[in-house]
Amino acid sequence: MSTWLRNNRLAALAALAFALITASIALVFFYAPVDSDGLNQKIFYFHVGIALTAYACFAWGGWKALRVLWKGEESADLESYVAIHQGVIFGALTLVTGSIWARYRWGHWWEWHEDQLVLFLVLFLFYAAYFMLRFSVPAGPRRANLSAVYALFGVALVPVSILAIRLSERFIHPVAFDRHGPNMAGSQFFTFCVSLAAMLTLAATLYHVELAGKRIDVRLRELREALR
Amino acid sequence: MSTEEKYVAAAYLVIFAVVLAYVVIIALKLQRLERELSELAELARVKQEERKAVAVG
Repeated sequence: MSTWLRNNRLAALAALAFALITASIALVFFYAPVDSDGLNQKIFYFHVGIALTAYACFAWGGWKALRVLWKGEESADLESYVAIHQGVIFGALTLVTGSIWARYRWGHWWEWHEDQLVLFLVLFLFYAAYFMLRFSVPAGPRRANLSAVYALFGVALVPVSILAIRLSERFIHPVAFDRHGPNMAGSQFFTFCVSLAAMLTLAATLYHVELAGKRIDVRLRELREALR
Repeated sequence: MSTEEKYVAAAYLVIFAVVLAYVVIIALKLQRLERELSELAELARVKQEERKAVAVG
């Protein structure tokens, strides 16, 4: 790895995210064919990528929470919090883009009898409540441990949410992937993979930017205390 | 623009708007951090001058 890249990892990650997002938008609108679902299907490429990124953020937050409880790593608490924050942002985007798709396809913004949607909403609200718990406890090891336990409970909901659509007997939500592989043409699958990589890289960039800000905040507070 | 095109545009605009809002929030936070850093630098300078005055006195 070159010295420049080592010293500017975040800038390189941001540049990669920008390049992948540009490439995926170009692929979605100029390369991937319009299928039987019509032009509305173009929402799928980002919607599913964003949903999987939200799951990845929650899983990363859970892993960091485990490090807090297992190894007692102080820095992992902040990392877990930032990852969950990113997960909630991407989760909100999943719900909004999904609702826009559903409004055109189903004629409704939301379907309460659809297990996949309701379970994702439960997962989103569960993690939204994480912030209420976290900020109701004073900063310190107790808050770190409580937040970590809560974050780990949430991770159990991730596979349930992903599998819900496959376990459900009655659903109208489209199945993009089943046990036989992707339910789409090769060009569509390639476009989807690039979109997913773009969303994951964007999430990683935002995660590192937010984490850097939070760390500076903590250090400034320590400096202020030392100067008093 | 057809209704279908409007929905697709809306979905992509929402994503763009959320990312833009996030960047604005981070920019505001950076401004606050810069202000706090300036205050702390000023505080450190005052303390240093006080120490020098005590040493001379």
